[in-house]
Amino acid sequence: MVRVVLPHHLRSLAQVGQEVSLQVAGPVSVASVIGALEATYPVLKGTIREHGTLKRRAFLRFFACGEDVSLEPADNPLPDSIANGNEPLLVIGAIAGG
Amino acid sequence: MSRVRVLVGTKKGAFVCTADGKRKDWRIEGPHFGGWEIYHVKGSPVDPDRIFASQTSGWFGQIIQRSDDGGKTWTPPGSSPDELKSPEGWPQGESNKFVYEGVAGTHRWYDGTPHPWEFKRVWHLEPSLREPDTVFAGVEDAALFKSMDGGKTWSELFGLRQHTTGKDWQPGAGGMCLHTILIDPSRMDRMWVAISAAGCFRTDDGGKTWKTANKGLTSNFMPNPEAEVGHCVHRIALHPSRPSTLFMQKHWDVMRSDDAGDSWREVSGNLPSDFGFPIDVHAHEPETVYVVPIKSDSEHYVPDGKLRVYRSRQGGDEWEALTDGLPQQNCFANVLRDAMAVDSLDDCGIYFGTTGGQVYVSPDGGDHWRAIGEHFPSVLSVEVQTLR
Repeated sequence: MVRVVLPHHLRSLAQVGQEVSLQVAGPVSVASVIGALEATYPVLKGTIREHGTLKRRAFLRFFACGEDVSLEPADNPLPDSIANGNEPLLVIGAIAGG
Repeated sequence: MSRVRVLVGTKKGAFVCTADGKRKDWRIEGPHFGGWEIYHVKGSPVDPDRIFASQTSGWFGQIIQRSDDGGKTWTPPGSSPDELKSPEGWPQGESNKFVYEGVAGTHRWYDGTPHPWEFKRVWHLEPSLREPDTVFAGVEDAALFKSMDGGKTWSELFGLRQHTTGKDWQPGAGGMCLHTILIDPSRMDRMWVAISAAGCFRTDDGGKTWKTANKGLTSNFMPNPEAEVGHCVHRIALHPSRPSTLFMQKHWDVMRSDDAGDSWREVSGNLPSDFGFPIDVHAHEPETVYVVPIKSDSEHYVPDGKLRVYRSRQGGDEWEALTDGLPQQNCFANVLRDAMAVDSLDDCGIYFGTTGGQVYVSPDGGDHWRAIGEHFPSVLSVEVQTLR
């Protein structure tokens, strides 16, 4: 199972705790993990990446094993420790606004 | 006994305020969706327990919320526990999917260059006057969407954006938003929308085709002050018994039309400033109109530190200040375009909310005011439901 940590507002929206575990089919990448997240929690569609284009929303970033992978191709494989569930993929909202 | 339910959208959540017909003692529930910007909350006239809310965020985008129990509980349409268990499987999660029809195309950017249409948020939700599952959404970048399944899915009424002038529409300082949707209660296929800063548009065929409704508007910031489009209309309002008479608060100027928007004339009269955002009409007096003037386009607060609602009983031109119960010194708040509403009790109640977080009610048509609450987050919208 792949683990994903969500920001506060998305946890409230999906009515889940800080972390969710997902079964991801095929290679584990940002695209496949977010796809599995949206399939399990449809209310999150459009909140992390845009409808249609699937483009990452500008104020969100993805972190894997301490590395910012937001700008890498979404289909790039994530590290084994993410794929095997030892480390969570972090979805982080930018610190901005008030 | 009759009751009222006031729906307040703020920069940090939604609030539901209820009172009996005296409108003196208020119960405040919220915040719902704490921390999110709630641009608009509005109930269905057909089923008052059905309420739609536009929940939005610069981080997470657009969410549509719906309550079917008068604002006690909320879910994004199509995602309630019952629907999740449906034999069809998971819902599609499309209640926040606002995708422009066809090739989105371009409009004019601030510097005059073509700029692609990009969906940002829903500014205004207008439930149908007849169908509880039908609701319209006015969005930024300016377009009109319609849902016929209670907000689960949306489709664009693209005839508006494909108007011949669409490529020339340009955003105002607050973005290029479709913020006002009026439905003619006597003729459901007739609607008006207002867009900043394009102007007013009317359809007579349910949204398939549109015509500009800006004749008589003058905007001195434009190269051609009387151009067909480019006017920063802030809000329009009508009385249900006389839907051909429209009132408009424009960027500058308060205007009136008596031919369903075919032409407009100025009725600013003796207002201390004719710049403002909201405008509304008394529930039982079609010629009684309310505005809240602010100082100027670059000073978005009330003049002289005094929060004054202005009322005209002649449909404009002659205005009187309504001040009893409102702060008359050191007030520098604004009232935004969707933050004024009227109830339909015998003694018509007037409501408005400020950018300073106060929500006021006058239970007697504006003569006397009192605060429902004075410490809300900055108020984006106020609507009221009269419950009998």
